[in-house]
Amino acid sequence: MSAAAAGALHAPLRTRHDHQASPATREARWVRITLLTVSLGFFALFLLLPLVAVFAEALRKGWGVYFAALVEPDALSAIKLTLFAAAVSVPLNLLFGISAAWAIAKFQFPGKQFLITLIDLPFSVSPVVAGLVYVLVFGTQGWLGPWLQEHDLRIVFAVPGIVLATVFVTFPFVARELIPLMEAQGREEEEAAIVLGATGWQAFWRVTLPNVKWGLLYGVILCNARAMGEFGAVSVVSGHIRGMTNTLPLHVEILYNEYNFAAAFAVASLLALLALVTLALKTWVELKSGEHAS
Amino acid sequence: MSIEVRNIRKAFGNFVALDDVSLEFPSGELVALLGPSGCGKTTLLRIVAGLEYADGGQVLLEGEDASAIHVRERQVGFVFQHYALFRHMSVFENVAFGLRVKPRKLRPAEAEIRRKVHELLELVQLDYLADRYPSQLSGGQRQRIALARALAVEPRVLLLDEPFGALDAKVRKELRRWLRRLHDELHITSIFVTHDQEEALEVADRVVLMNHGKVEQVATPRELVERPGTAFVEEFLDLDDHGPEWLLKAKLARRDNRHPAAGPKLAAA
Amino acid sequence: MTSSRRFHVLPGFGLSLGFTLAYLSLIVLIPLSAVFLKSATLTATQFIEVITAPRVVASFKLSFGASLAAAAINAVFGLMLAWCLVRYRFPGKRLIDALVDLPFALPTAVAGIALTALYAPNGWIGARLAEYGIKVAFTPTGILIALIFIGLPFIVRTVQPILDDLEPELEEAAASLGAHRWQTVRQVVLPLLAPALLTGFALAFARAVGEYGSVIFIAGNMPLVSEIAPLMIVTRLEQYDYAGATAIAAAMLVISFLLLLAINVLQGWSKKGKR
Repeated sequence: MSAAAAGALHAPLRTRHDHQASPATREARWVRITLLTVSLGFFALFLLLPLVAVFAEALRKGWGVYFAALVEPDALSAIKLTLFAAAVSVPLNLLFGISAAWAIAKFQFPGKQFLITLIDLPFSVSPVVAGLVYVLVFGTQGWLGPWLQEHDLRIVFAVPGIVLATVFVTFPFVARELIPLMEAQGREEEEAAIVLGATGWQAFWRVTLPNVKWGLLYGVILCNARAMGEFGAVSVVSGHIRGMTNTLPLHVEILYNEYNFAAAFAVASLLALLALVTLALKTWVELKSGEHAS
Repeated sequence: MSIEVRNIRKAFGNFVALDDVSLEFPSGELVALLGPSGCGKTTLLRIVAGLEYADGGQVLLEGEDASAIHVRERQVGFVFQHYALFRHMSVFENVAFGLRVKPRKLRPAEAEIRRKVHELLELVQLDYLADRYPSQLSGGQRQRIALARALAVEPRVLLLDEPFGALDAKVRKELRRWLRRLHDELHITSIFVTHDQEEALEVADRVVLMNHGKVEQVATPRELVERPGTAFVEEFLDLDDHGPEWLLKAKLARRDNRHPAAGPKLAAA
Repeated sequence: MTSSRRFHVLPGFGLSLGFTLAYLSLIVLIPLSAVFLKSATLTATQFIEVITAPRVVASFKLSFGASLAAAAINAVFGLMLAWCLVRYRFPGKRLIDALVDLPFALPTAVAGIALTALYAPNGWIGARLAEYGIKVAFTPTGILIALIFIGLPFIVRTVQPILDDLEPELEEAAASLGAHRWQTVRQVVLPLLAPALLTGFALAFARAVGEYGSVIFIAGNMPLVSEIAPLMIVTRLEQYDYAGATAIAAAMLVISFLLLLAINVLQGWSKKGKR
């Protein structure tokens, strides 16, 4: 979709010009105060409060219950599966992102714009539909269903389905970051490297990759956050088998539906921590890449 | 080393960039490819370098057909219009790059690389900037680093794409005299692309004037001004408005009377 | 004429494009095409029957209506927030700027249960509202709240860079020509922000229509009242009605594609506007 869909790498706020310093571009004091109050109030109500609620609810019954919920076997196996799904889908989509960006940014070919639109597709598809498509392909009534059954293979309602659904929903993240970045950098530096005698690999490793490393890291961070947090798509293909095909978000749902709120929020707080770490890393990368850009 | 191009043709879609161009660049000369934008001069330069492939025709280096030789093996030095310095590497690493990517057997030892890079940085009089990054340099400094980087691999020819195009007027004048002197020192066959007639006439041994993918005239600056071959040459050099005497006085005289030792202070660039 | 033997100075074109197309086809295109091929097994009347069933129609109305309302509310408040982040100095600004992306980073299920806990009749906010007889959780209003949560960053992040890039000279010129501050903002600044705002609106809307995780907990999922379209797909799937699920999915996909197209057009427009 757009850069914003993935939260594209943007330079930290520059504030090059202080609009409040000049009478020509300054709002009246009461306008400023009203705007700040309303927008920060909105922010606190809709964004901050839910975040606080997660931790408050998680600790409502004390630290003992909190930790018990995290070390329970089903929770541990959910953590393992979540890590596994991310460990497969992030490298795959990283490889894809680099490959797509190289082809799109460094070469001219017809249909390029259309290809970029297709790469964005998974962002505009409902997560539920993302899960559904794999059920249609690999489910018992699906295209490959009979064949899979004959060979005693399970994809849907098993770990491979979860991984596939995760790969689907995180598909565009790295490519999204790299394509505009590598397009903006053009191909002159690579050409210069080649003229100086570098091989294609040397040009890629020594020139291209160092130049896009922050964008790459940014894409990986966002891709990983989504991979670990995906709910809808994974929910459709998982079959909700406790201790087997439950990821952390699915485990949260099960606990919640069993009215085990303290445990549900304890596990949820783990995911909220992951989100906060993601945001911190993301901000750090933005600052770093901003330093290098200037 | 001499360069020759024979019957070079190149089209981008329907646009004919080069239409059967044949030229010879004798060894040791500094030649300007001059012409309005879109005349095909940059395309020709990139074809000589091997960065672009011609639709037809040949490029000969030292009489040998180089058309099928990859840029990597052509041993050309290329200075890009916007320098294409590696922004994540220091000045030193930029200049050292060509030496570091050589196959292991041919790669000089680290000490040799250091010696050579510093020698080149001294040649372009920017040794004190070795640890800086490209973004911390002025336009003129970047230009000279790009040149040092190109020279590091001991190219057989030096190709420069609008070498002064991105600089302001004062730095531009200083740098082009400096380039001329550098060429007099190194005597490496060099071609540079420019759209600025003053630049071409002042710096080059010979000028190739191009228009619409064809060569209009090849001549020394003096011949070009005194005996323009076509109406286009006359118009492009502005001979109507000022007359040949003006140009001769303003440009050639300054160049012919120049004392190499009395060059401008380069550190200002 | 020689394009077939045309080779590139930079290597790897064939390899990288080949891998890109193969991976794209395997992961995205072929599975997505299954939706259309599967729904093609239904006759036109069956297809129409599925997507015009009262529960399905009600869910479409709710999904699109709530998404539209959420995007509109976010457009107003998101613009204000972006304005404050770019133009004003206040303590904690960097932190707030970083936290704007929280809905991108927070798993939707977590957001869903957190919002439910807040707005449930015994929750922090829900209890206050209950005193006035207002019910939020397990009603369409709850769905609206969840969609506001997930949509906010789309508006802020599309408007923010454009606002940051705006030359102050424009506003100074307007002021020097005698415009009041409000006139300047309304006649000079807002028109320049409009394309970005519209893009952000479309993005937030598109995301909201397909949203599942953050909504289902707070929605209550009552037939004809608070069932969203993605939930209808899940419900059909749970009944092993694959064709029915697929028909609803196909209808949603077509709408998504149209939205994507509209967004691309808008973005082209907003890029032109920037120049």
